[in-house]
Amino acid sequence: MTSPLEQKKIRIAGPSVVTANRTWDGAVVWRTAQKGWSTALSEAAIVNTSDDARALLAESVADDVGAVGAYIAPVELKGGAIKPGNLREHIRSKGVTIDLLPA
Amino acid sequence: MYAYDELDRTLINERVSEFRDQVKRRLAGELTEDEFKILRLQNGVYLQLHAYMFRVAIPYGTLSSKQLRALARVARRYDRGYGHFTTRQNIQYNWIKLAELPDALAELAEVGIHAMQTSGNNMRNVTSDQWAGVAPGEVEDPRIWSEILRQHTTLHPEFSFLPRKFKIAITASEHDRAAIKIHDIGLRLHKNADGETGFEVLVGGGLGRTPFIAKTIKPFVHGRDILSYVEAILRVYNQYGRRDNIYKARIKILVHELGIEKFAKEVDEEWKQMGHSALTLDHSAIEEVRSRFSYPAYEKLPHMPDELKQAAADPLFERWRKNSVAPHKVQGYSIVTLSLKPVGGPPGDATADQMDAVADLADKYSFGEIRVGHEQNLALPHVAKRDLPQLWRALDRLGLATPNVNLVTDIIACPGLDYCSLANARSIPIAQELTRRFANHDTSDMIGRLHINISGCINACGHHHVGHIGILGVEKNGEEFYQITIGGRADENAQMGVLIGPAVPYAEVADVIEDIVEAYLALRDRPEELFVDTVKRLGVEPFKERVYATR
Repeated sequence: MTSPLEQKKIRIAGPSVVTANRTWDGAVVWRTAQKGWSTALSEAAIVNTSDDARALLAESVADDVGAVGAYIAPVELKGGAIKPGNLREHIRSKGVTIDLLPA
Repeated sequence: MYAYDELDRTLINERVSEFRDQVKRRLAGELTEDEFKILRLQNGVYLQLHAYMFRVAIPYGTLSSKQLRALARVARRYDRGYGHFTTRQNIQYNWIKLAELPDALAELAEVGIHAMQTSGNNMRNVTSDQWAGVAPGEVEDPRIWSEILRQHTTLHPEFSFLPRKFKIAITASEHDRAAIKIHDIGLRLHKNADGETGFEVLVGGGLGRTPFIAKTIKPFVHGRDILSYVEAILRVYNQYGRRDNIYKARIKILVHELGIEKFAKEVDEEWKQMGHSALTLDHSAIEEVRSRFSYPAYEKLPHMPDELKQAAADPLFERWRKNSVAPHKVQGYSIVTLSLKPVGGPPGDATADQMDAVADLADKYSFGEIRVGHEQNLALPHVAKRDLPQLWRALDRLGLATPNVNLVTDIIACPGLDYCSLANARSIPIAQELTRRFANHDTSDMIGRLHINISGCINACGHHHVGHIGILGVEKNGEEFYQITIGGRADENAQMGVLIGPAVPYAEVADVIEDIVEAYLALRDRPEELFVDTVKRLGVEPFKERVYATR
């Protein structure tokens, strides 16, 4: 979990969201503008400044029962849609990139 | 098989109740994540990319069919229908829900399985040779000693908060299948000149960002003294191991910084002070543990039964037999390795249906016993040779008879960036692509023994340093790149591989590995010269030249 000390160092270079894992089942979730969590990236609150990112993260970390391991992740805004900003976030958003064994 | 006594069963059940209460309090907000984290880690629960990951111990890699069915049930009921066998004889579930974990643990406890000490800074699962107790020429069954160490170190208060995690592996065969030289403590069971059983004790091995091959600290410690001697090592580590820097906290760093001679002196002084009387194992204590292991009632069978002679006419069967069937210490029996490395499959994964089917086959052909090896394959340790043809047909239908054991597609790979929150790059898709490139079994037979190990980060869960070819995923400016090493090995002649040059991008890894293999085929002085021996003879330069000349 990002500590308050580390939060002070946060600098973002573009549109970002706060993501975490839901406490009861570990599902990937994103912080919404309504101060809740959603499993849809499309519902994530977007921040564009470092101050806003720090504030959103602080609010998210405070909700320790709802989700764990909150951190700021980059996103890309394309045609009004929110896309993950790197491979790691793409995998968290879309799932594994591998062929699983047939069930 | 080892039969748990009442004490073991009580311990496991109490642990489940305790964890159920801890989870309940966490979900109710009575425990913060910071407070809960150490508790979940003590029960094998990590938080990964998509979900919690649940790691279950398979002590010394031995499972009963009943236990394997329980693992299948957990995969089916609480996860997504599959599990991943790891390089330390554990199984991991990738999609477990915290709220359901206590129920999963309770189901496992019913068959004597738990997740204690599969994570956290304590003594991890004591691993051993997956052929323990059945390998020809073995000194004696090393699992007796693994079990003694397991019992002594489980929930041992002095070893529950070590500077860092601590791993022990034991082998009793000349050929080391347990990779003891890359463990914090490696134990090689052997006999002294008087015929007494004891151990060569190695210490300070490990991979990760600072890899070391373990060094011999004592060539022979009598079996009766092994607990006290291991405890003396742990005490020295507990006292002097660094707690200020996670990257320097493993015992390998302490051994390296002190030097093996000084470290050994510290251990000897500690050992002497302990007087080692309380921990000296008397004969009856050892025999008590030994008596709880049951062994099959083998039949007297011919060395070459008719069924096997007839089946030899089938080239597909013969290919599999030559690759996956190993000699057994009892005439008429074999050890059968079940490859969990199908072409295009994730290395080490097994579906719940496969696990159930293997449990059934174990009941039918292997006295109900299954083994898990650090190479991420399974084994049936007691198969009558007359049953091999039928077993092969059954395994083939299940996708578990790929004849690639120890060959180029028998790849060891960590979960990588597809699952792991520590990873920088993906491992599994690289492995899958390589298995497709080398899918032709004639080609892989011609290449011969070749171990490829892939890790998605420097933590080295895929043991890339000791792969004949090691592949390490790194991240450069947001892109996946891979460093390639060659010449590593994890056996009795363990050594680290040597980096051949700059990292290559994701899309080029399979091409580079093909180039390396082609170079080997051109350079080896005879078909029997293994890849790793060609590298030893010629060094990395010819391979480096082949890979980078056109890149």
